[in-house]
Amino acid sequence: MARRYMLGNEAIAHACLEADLDFAGGYPGTPSSEVVDYLRHQKERELYVEWSVNEKVGFENALAASWCGLRSLVTMKHVGLNVAADALMTSAYTGVKGGFVVLSADDPYAHSSQNEQDSRCYAHFAKIPCFDPSSLQEAHDMVLAAFEISEEFGLPVLFRPTTRICHSKSDVLNGEAGSAHRTGEFEKDPRQYVVIPAHTRILHKKLNEKQAPLAKRLLELGYTESEVRGKTAVIASGIAASYVQEIIPEDVSFAKVGAFPIDEEWLSDFVRRHDMVLVVEELAPVLEEAVRQVAGTTMIHGKKDDCVPLEGELNPAIVSGAFEKAGIASTLTFPEPAAAKAAPARPPILCPGCGHRAAFYELRRVFGKDTIYPSDIGCYTLGLQMGAVDTTICMGASITIASGLAHAQEGHDVVCTIGDSTFLHTGLQGLINAVYNGANMTVMILDNRITAMTGHQPNPNTGCTATGVESPQISLEALCRSCGAPFVETVNPLDLTNTLAILRDARERPGVKVIIARQPCVIASRRAGIRRQPYTVDTELCTGCGACVKYGCPAIEFHNEKAMITDLCSGCSICAQICPSGAIHRRGQR
Amino acid sequence: MKDSYDVLIVGVGGQGTILASNVLGETCLIEERSVRGAETHGMAQRGGSVESHVRIDASFGPLIAEGTADMIISFDLLEALRYSHFLKEGGMLVTNTGIIVPTSVYQYNAEVPSEEDIMKELSGIRCCAIDAAALAIEAGSILSQNIVMLGAASHQLPLKVESLLEAVKRSVPPKTIEKNLKAFELGRDAARDC
Repeated sequence: MARRYMLGNEAIAHACLEADLDFAGGYPGTPSSEVVDYLRHQKERELYVEWSVNEKVGFENALAASWCGLRSLVTMKHVGLNVAADALMTSAYTGVKGGFVVLSADDPYAHSSQNEQDSRCYAHFAKIPCFDPSSLQEAHDMVLAAFEISEEFGLPVLFRPTTRICHSKSDVLNGEAGSAHRTGEFEKDPRQYVVIPAHTRILHKKLNEKQAPLAKRLLELGYTESEVRGKTAVIASGIAASYVQEIIPEDVSFAKVGAFPIDEEWLSDFVRRHDMVLVVEELAPVLEEAVRQVAGTTMIHGKKDDCVPLEGELNPAIVSGAFEKAGIASTLTFPEPAAAKAAPARPPILCPGCGHRAAFYELRRVFGKDTIYPSDIGCYTLGLQMGAVDTTICMGASITIASGLAHAQEGHDVVCTIGDSTFLHTGLQGLINAVYNGANMTVMILDNRITAMTGHQPNPNTGCTATGVESPQISLEALCRSCGAPFVETVNPLDLTNTLAILRDARERPGVKVIIARQPCVIASRRAGIRRQPYTVDTELCTGCGACVKYGCPAIEFHNEKAMITDLCSGCSICAQICPSGAIHRRGQR
Repeated sequence: MKDSYDVLIVGVGGQGTILASNVLGETCLIEERSVRGAETHGMAQRGGSVESHVRIDASFGPLIAEGTADMIISFDLLEALRYSHFLKEGGMLVTNTGIIVPTSVYQYNAEVPSEEDIMKELSGIRCCAIDAAALAIEAGSILSQNIVMLGAASHQLPLKVESLLEAVKRSVPPKTIEKNLKAFELGRDAARDC
């Protein structure tokens, strides 16, 4: 046993090692990525770890491992569960053999996400158990319970941490990594694993029969607990429970729900002992709906009567406000200071030297502002700041939205952008469809050789696996040509002249044109030891026209009517290529 | 009254706020005290405004509410201004005097307040401002600005200096320990009269 200061995701990953995990996969997505990142870099226990090409693929791989009797894990962010949902729903019917934990990390306030969906709804929908940790220690401990429950009931278990669990830190008591390994073996059993109608009807009945004993068993684990202290109560789940615990008065009862489904008898008994119950949880009113169903004459407050916000994340001050609305006195008061004087906004921005910035600049130069630019999920969504991102919905949707727009409207060119990892995730099918159905559009694959935004995870384009083993590099060119795209060209976006020429060529052609803009991620390159000489401005020649500054590179500043290049410069040279006065040159030259 | 001493560390993605919060967390571990923290990961790290919450002796959630921080450690003067309302009445601001100008300023011709403007704006706050970049260079590496800032904050933090130094050793890359220990001492000296 050791006490360590850990990130929530590290605590969860370490608990998996303690639980004798043998198989892990997943697709990176904030706030879930560090779980597999920890597993693939750790040396305490040998196990199979992969970064899968998407969540559905990762889910099915891990499900198969579980069918072979191995303890397996698949990780993703909440919206990734949408991609894996097809397999999820029916895996509850087939059931599992080795403990199977599906980690889906939710992101209240959408810190790094396109929506605020609640994964607990999926657990309810699929009729599988769901753990909802309220602290890092609990997240750690629950992982071990999750594997046991999964094996005991033969069900996948959804593990649902939120951003403030995944990306929080605390002192966490860890156990030892397990040393026992299982040997995977698949026993054929078509009635279990082949879901033809005759089989699936029976499996559905069996799934339903598991529900009541499951709720009872989850209660026994102790993560759902209550203390009656008065006639008023607060019920909470997830990280919100810890905010409640900090400010709840001693004469108000408290219950924390750590796992779903909730045992109705227990819940009803607790709720009906009180005149009034306030339900505090983030995202969807999952707990609140359960409470309202058993409420009887007890008055219930929560999201449905605007005591607790339906959107965003909670914090102790917001929970204190909910207490006030429900007539409960918080033990702490929170000031409402006037916001500080406005400072200029500092949104995230593409890195100095990033090839994506050059590619967006070139697209805008050739296709102009009237073109419609669908885009996708990745660092390059920041192309919004350059007027080159008009839509973003979900992974892979750049190409499909583009083909829809190409068929549905006339008069505007359609040019979409998608990263290499996202293209391999769910972009490829859209390209096949666009070519097949004769769309007129341009696809630019922003190929930086890595899954950058989530922390530089390798993908099939990188040339190595999650554990660093060399793998064949996929050929995006061959892949796109094999779809039947008539025009497939590769450019270096840092070569302005050539890229502009290729784009102009593409603009004049019919059909689906694919341009692969290849330039390795500038952060990954620096880590690999690649250094380019930075650039500098010759102030004698600089006319102060501002062309370089408008390019939007964080390394270019403007002082005394002249451009200046700072130490952030990574030597991409685009500003030198843009400068109409030839005033920018490599440091140490001329 | 809350039981914890709450420190908000703010800066620009890439400045090392997470490492600084790790040092504080590690220090709590050395002193066998409970600690809760929360940090910014993902897209916001790309040169955006970032914050790390560290609650020393906390046993519940990791988030510090507005108006309740005992201390703000800011790696950039503009960020000190942006987050100053998180400080409680009588709280302490320890800040770097440098400003990284947001690129958006040049793209949209926004106004950047000067160092003097910001210091005037913050005049009602107990404030200790040091030139962390100069001290970090003196220590041997511009990358050690975050440790300079911790050194400057160490006078007020409810943590022992020897525990903080041990935590620095445990948290920074082994090859950089000497430079970082020097950075800590330089920051501590610079803030002695604050």
